[in-house]
Amino acid sequence: MDRRQFFKLCGCGATTSAISALGLMPGTAMAAPREYKLLKAKETRNNCCYCSVGCGLLMYSHGSNGKNAEKAIFHIEGDADHPVNRGSLCPKGAGLVDYVNSPNRNHFPEVREPGTNEWQRISWNEAFGRIARLMKDDRDANFIEKNSDGNTVNRWLTTGMMTSSAQPNEGAFITHKFARSLGLVAIDTIARN
Amino acid sequence: MTNHWIDIKNSNVVVIMGGNAAEAHPVGFGWVTEAMEHNGAKLVVVDPRFTRSAALADCYAPLRSGTDIAFLLGLSRYLIDTKQVNYDYVKAYTNASYIVRDDFEFNEGLFSGFDEKSRTYDKETWYYELDDQGYAKIDESLNHPRCVWNLLKQHVERYDFETVSNITGTPVEDYEKVCALIGSTYTHDKAATFMYALGWTHHTKGTQNIRSMAMVQLLLGNIGVLGGGVNALRGHSNVQGATDMGLLCQALPGYLKLPSDKDTSLQTYLDHHTPKALRPGQTNYWSNYPKFFISQMKSFWGENATAENSFGYDWLPKWDKQYDFTKHIDMMYHGEVNGYFIQGVNAINSMPNRNKTLAAFSKLKFMVVMDPLATETSVFWQNNSEFNDVDPSQIQTQVFRLPTTLFAEEEGCIVNSGRWMQWHWKGANAPGESKPDAEILSGILMKLRELYKEEGGVLPEPIQAVNWNYHNPHFPHGSEVAKELNGIDLKTGKQLDSFSQLKDDGSTACGCWIYSGSWTEEGNMMARRDNSDPSGKGITPGWAFSWPANRRVLYNRASCDVNGKPWDPKRTIVEWKHGKWHGIDQGDFNMKLTPQESAHPFIMQPEGVGRFFALDHLAEGPFPEHYEPMESPIGTNPLHPKVISNPAVRMLDGVAETLGSHKEFPYVCTTYCVTEHFNFWTTHCRLAAISMPETFVEIDEVLAAAKGINNGDWIQVSSKRGSLKIKALVTKRLQPLKVNGQLVHTVGLPRHGGYNALTRKNSSCNILTTEVGDANTQVPEFKAFLVNIAKAEEI
Repeated sequence: MDRRQFFKLCGCGATTSAISALGLMPGTAMAAPREYKLLKAKETRNNCCYCSVGCGLLMYSHGSNGKNAEKAIFHIEGDADHPVNRGSLCPKGAGLVDYVNSPNRNHFPEVREPGTNEWQRISWNEAFGRIARLMKDDRDANFIEKNSDGNTVNRWLTTGMMTSSAQPNEGAFITHKFARSLGLVAIDTIARN
Repeated sequence: MTNHWIDIKNSNVVVIMGGNAAEAHPVGFGWVTEAMEHNGAKLVVVDPRFTRSAALADCYAPLRSGTDIAFLLGLSRYLIDTKQVNYDYVKAYTNASYIVRDDFEFNEGLFSGFDEKSRTYDKETWYYELDDQGYAKIDESLNHPRCVWNLLKQHVERYDFETVSNITGTPVEDYEKVCALIGSTYTHDKAATFMYALGWTHHTKGTQNIRSMAMVQLLLGNIGVLGGGVNALRGHSNVQGATDMGLLCQALPGYLKLPSDKDTSLQTYLDHHTPKALRPGQTNYWSNYPKFFISQMKSFWGENATAENSFGYDWLPKWDKQYDFTKHIDMMYHGEVNGYFIQGVNAINSMPNRNKTLAAFSKLKFMVVMDPLATETSVFWQNNSEFNDVDPSQIQTQVFRLPTTLFAEEEGCIVNSGRWMQWHWKGANAPGESKPDAEILSGILMKLRELYKEEGGVLPEPIQAVNWNYHNPHFPHGSEVAKELNGIDLKTGKQLDSFSQLKDDGSTACGCWIYSGSWTEEGNMMARRDNSDPSGKGITPGWAFSWPANRRVLYNRASCDVNGKPWDPKRTIVEWKHGKWHGIDQGDFNMKLTPQESAHPFIMQPEGVGRFFALDHLAEGPFPEHYEPMESPIGTNPLHPKVISNPAVRMLDGVAETLGSHKEFPYVCTTYCVTEHFNFWTTHCRLAAISMPETFVEIDEVLAAAKGINNGDWIQVSSKRGSLKIKALVTKRLQPLKVNGQLVHTVGLPRHGGYNALTRKNSSCNILTTEVGDANTQVPEFKAFLVNIAKAEEI
């Protein structure tokens, strides 16, 4: 752009401003920029699921909130209001949307029968029923009500549980009550490694 | 963490040892650089590798993996010798003046009471001298030859600079620099913080690593103050919560104990776990144990817990030994286990000694995997060439794979390292038919109830009695359970305000006493979002809820002298003024007491002080001592050649044979994370898989040259337990160290290798690791074991 063109452009701009001040501008500009993609998204607050810094997250999902509309998360970023991370995320956290939408997510209950080489899809009802059956048979056969001194010990050692360190406290408490009410002693968490 | 993430900005010296915050906790590390830029703080990093944390350090010192105790006891010796000790603090708030029993001894690497056969100690002598009333005897002048102070001095005397350097391989001049920097915080107006992680816990003496550091912090008066503390950088997002929830083989929620065979009745159990004060006028907060426990039983069993049935005490299982995962996998291996639930853990990759774990899983009758991702664990029975060389037809385990929701698809609370209980909300439904863990376990429990009702069976009572009185018993909602954890007054039906309201008569129910106050009549305190910081010290009292009682800095009574005057006016947390306590944080003590009455800041201890001498609480001794890793690269312990490694380590039958010698396996191997990956989870995420597509082994240039290995060459790494092929990364980050007259090389193995994800197929580092663990926690020694390396064919 040379000096002459620069002045032309400025003049043009001044005229346009004057017209718009008089209310003569059309309602919509002809070449409007693409709408900011988060504008119509629903924002949900959460915390990063990886390490224990506990960074605040803003998760953005599509969906009209209508009864039949499924929400789908398409963007996750740091929560600028959060006092620890103040909007920032690390390389792992910055890729969280790829964890939520990983192609390797499990979708349905499945079973692999002994000695076979494939999964079979089953219903939740079948899964609950078959697992409960296996547990009950093992518990009834191997439950120890009293130790060799004759004291009540009520423990079941032939089934155990490796528990999650990523689920919320509420799920963890349910897990604890589930395990102890059955008499499970061998429960452990990844807290040990 | 005794303190919390933001508080790091108040430090003068930040020590990162046994961790690598810049790569593993990058956003938390932001508060380290904040302290460096705005508070003039110095960063000290001690690590076998020149990590990215080290790259920003003012002072870096290398050390041989597994020698942290020698390093830290040498530091204690230096502080005592140079009088860089906060004597006011040590005299008032530690057990330095307490007199130890006459018959307590330490000789040639062993404390008194060792039984060679069982590899355990009779710990009777590891205790204070008591007076007629059962109180500990003390000598405030610190002159008594048997007082803790003099025993400590004598214990650390052996760790002079040369001895330490000879064990750790840290050059003396580097060591001196580290000591001087940390020592500079002994004054009232300076504080150092220690940030550690799995680099300290993954050892056969992990607990004592941390204790050694806590002792340094007591010497310097750095606990309970802004910018100080003992700060564990925990791993998973809710591993703190999982620990609070007692998901361990000998625990109940809120750090209560699962009863053992010795606790034959409720009364015996309560007497066993309710400590008596060891000094007059103590808060001794665990004296409230019965209130916490009975309230928890009311939460567990609801109306079915009555005084007549000892509040359901008999229904709780009792333990006879420690059934941690190592022990249970060993039982599986020997065919003694039929069923196993694996909830959100990629066990086949994460557990030590993969070959044994694989054999153990193959002997199960059934396995239930609950996970959002298709992990290697769920397909342990599937052949995957050399990465999982099995024949499915030979594996008779029935495997159920149940899809679960993940964080974005459920509501609830997770607890960060700083004990902040933060509430999160659901953003979308999970794919397919995935369900939250709580719904899955409820579904199974409801089926079990049906089966026991129809068929009868062994001890059905607790299964029917367990309190599942949720709006929908098939799916307890997060908010219902969170309220249950907070606790309720059963007479009025109102949520409790605090654990101080708990009763031991069955009139209150509370799932986890330390969470009391998190969901009161005023609502969900964990969901609070006021981020204002009125003091400017990083205390944000209106953000979420910090257990216990919204206290942000634990032991903060120790920030003041006995008379309630802050040691440093610039670091005031609480202060006694005009006959009252004032503060920017909730006092971690009873604020109705006068300064003199409350001058015992460690309120959970029956003597109210920090312990240099740990009494009988740990397996291998009341003082830490340097022991070699189970697989030592020098094959001896220069301090006491007859006691080389931790004598109190549990050795399961047949495991000794799986340990290698330095003659066959000369190099130290250590495992760690890279910043792009969170264990194996992120190997299923495209972005992370693209940025770090495979794993590798780091070796130093001297070793590489000696073996003729170039960058990118394939090499075979082998231990006594297995071997894997992997690409070499020749690096300056690792340097050979001179130890006990020989050169010790360390090879480094990132642990994100998997074969069923979006990354390239790699072997898990745990093919090589050993299951032998810490004598107290059984955490395996992932950080220091022996390997050999050789050039290999490409795969």
